[in-house]
Amino acid sequence: MGTGPLLLLATLEGTVMAAVLALAAVGLSLTFGVMRVVNVAHGEFYMMGAVLAWAVAQAVPSAPLGFVAALLIAPPLVAALAWVTDTTLLKRLNYDPESTIVATIGLSYLLQQGALSFFGPDARPVAAPFSLRLQFPWFGYSGYKLFVVLAALLVLGAVWLFLRRSKAGLVMRATQVDRNTARAFGINVDRVYAGTFALGAGLAALAAVLVVPISQAHYLMGHDPLLLSFIVVIIGGLGSLRGTLIAALIIGLADGILSMLYPPTLAKIVATLVVALVLVFRPQGLFGAPAR
Amino acid sequence: MTHLPRRSVLAGLAAGSALALSPARFAMAQSAAPIKLGFQLHRTGIGASYGRWYERTAQAALTRVNAAGGINGRPVEIVFEDDGTDPKRGAEVVDKLVSQHGCDLIFGPLFSHVVIGSAPRAGELKVPYLVCSEGYHVASGMLNRWTLQPGITDVRAQVSSMAPWVTSTLGKKVTMVFPDYAFGHDHRDFFTAAVEAQGGQIVAKIAVPPTETSFTRYFPQIPADTDVLYHVMVGPAVLTFVKELGEFYGSGARPQIFGFIDSLEAVDLAGPGLEFLEGTHFWEGHCRVKQADAPAWEGEYRAAVGVDDNGASVSDAKDVATYAHMFSVWETLSVIKQGMEVAGYQSTADRQKFVEAVEAMTGFDAGLDHVQGTKTFNGKTHQVFGQQFISKVEGGKLIRVHATAIEDGLYPDAVDYTTQSF
Repeated sequence: MGTGPLLLLATLEGTVMAAVLALAAVGLSLTFGVMRVVNVAHGEFYMMGAVLAWAVAQAVPSAPLGFVAALLIAPPLVAALAWVTDTTLLKRLNYDPESTIVATIGLSYLLQQGALSFFGPDARPVAAPFSLRLQFPWFGYSGYKLFVVLAALLVLGAVWLFLRRSKAGLVMRATQVDRNTARAFGINVDRVYAGTFALGAGLAALAAVLVVPISQAHYLMGHDPLLLSFIVVIIGGLGSLRGTLIAALIIGLADGILSMLYPPTLAKIVATLVVALVLVFRPQGLFGAPAR
Repeated sequence: MTHLPRRSVLAGLAAGSALALSPARFAMAQSAAPIKLGFQLHRTGIGASYGRWYERTAQAALTRVNAAGGINGRPVEIVFEDDGTDPKRGAEVVDKLVSQHGCDLIFGPLFSHVVIGSAPRAGELKVPYLVCSEGYHVASGMLNRWTLQPGITDVRAQVSSMAPWVTSTLGKKVTMVFPDYAFGHDHRDFFTAAVEAQGGQIVAKIAVPPTETSFTRYFPQIPADTDVLYHVMVGPAVLTFVKELGEFYGSGARPQIFGFIDSLEAVDLAGPGLEFLEGTHFWEGHCRVKQADAPAWEGEYRAAVGVDDNGASVSDAKDVATYAHMFSVWETLSVIKQGMEVAGYQSTADRQKFVEAVEAMTGFDAGLDHVQGTKTFNGKTHQVFGQQFISKVEGGKLIRVHATAIEDGLYPDAVDYTTQSF
């Protein structure tokens, strides 16, 4: 394959990865930005989204309808689970940074082993809503993967509008800036926290539902997205939506192109190296506000 | 409250211990107690789809053995322990099966990294360890006298016997895609040697980590002048692998494709996105689809393990079996029964006699005990050799087009385990 087609394929793959990564990481970034909680169970919420998508799609006979049903049902279910987790677990720990890390590590094991017990150890496919294939002169490419990019852009746009234009978004941003002042202004901070945690988990689940027709649901699938989400969030700057997007693009494209030209492990090494460099030279991330 | 005299307590204690330790009582219980076989099972982790079917096959084989009177007149039971398809846990499972459950021997593991991680522990504990892993690590001399592979042909013999057919029928320039661990390395090394012996050439070797979930990025490495794409993949993402391969080639020109059915074990060939496999070839250790000329016992075996004529579960057509590999569990239990009977196996003290009895075997006749076919057993290398099958996908079904002879896969001995000490 010539260099041109190779770069085209690498860019396509990288863009798809960036889109999924941005969706998964934006949830993590929100929970950290607003709540200052490092959610180690984020990858398992992602996994739950995929597993529930499979369960829903199983219950619906036709393939396109099954996917649509999964898209509508799985993320809210995961969000509800996250809401309950917040009110019964994180709130009781007073959102103490160290305690919540340990608690979410425990939660991640619970979710993973729960999925193993109730869903089983096998990888399960969900049929894509359509089976369009783009045929380039050098290779074919799944049309569904490009749909994932489009869907991710739409969702991220909606999240941005929600944060910038809606009252709930304003309240979330206010809480992010100063929790105590927000409370003094009559904002129910507990509900904002629960809502943020639910939104973050729901976005992860949504990313997973979009991914499942490409890579199947499996109880161990939460590891990679968690690691990469952390990388993206650290590079982009914790709590910065714009930073998350740009970092996801950098990491996604770098991974796509590097792993096409060199062994894929090199792409992971480079991503981790970038994190280290960012931490050394710009600890607040590319777009994060310096710690006050 | 009356005081129990110390003397009578001590006397009672002594009598109790004497009773517990008396050899007569021990021997009596021994003769009636069931023989306990430990099964190292990939119930979870990347080998889970194999584990599901290996457990079912083992249960079916156990039912058959017990219905025929057990082993040496004693009932047999199998203790299943999950190793998570993880080498570290594999060694722990070996320990647990021996020390905690008191198993007479251990069998059943498939994944080569688990086998290589566990076999040394089995050797230390001096417990027979009968693996179903296909790896060349048994016959290579890498493991120990307690490790045997009497149920399935190793990769070296498999690929050596098929290489002539591949190069003469499909083409001489081959690109290999294989999982990047011991099992895949056996494929890489021995298929390369076998193809070169036929005057062919491996034009690219593409190693993929067995935990990989996205594969498109590897396909551009396939050189354009490839005649044959040779693929073998394992793990939960095998379906993604073949789907993305299909997407990559699309409706454009593609090389001939020769795959190991491992890339599609437990996967329905008729699933969406797999249409491109029509006309491609697969290695099968045991034909998934019941062939027109299937031997008489084939139906009985399928009924026992609960597999229909298409290779799926009789209770769920979507639950496709790991049919090309799972016969090894069934046949290994047949070898265990035969070995224990020849050795007059009574207790764990006879473990060495059992290994010697298996080492003395030279082959197995096809039949309900050895459903995959006739086999030659090499007691020195602890490895069995059987026929291999090449099938073509026709109308979404695997139809056998070639069967190798056992002799095609034989190679010089690399080890003589019988000269090693126990």
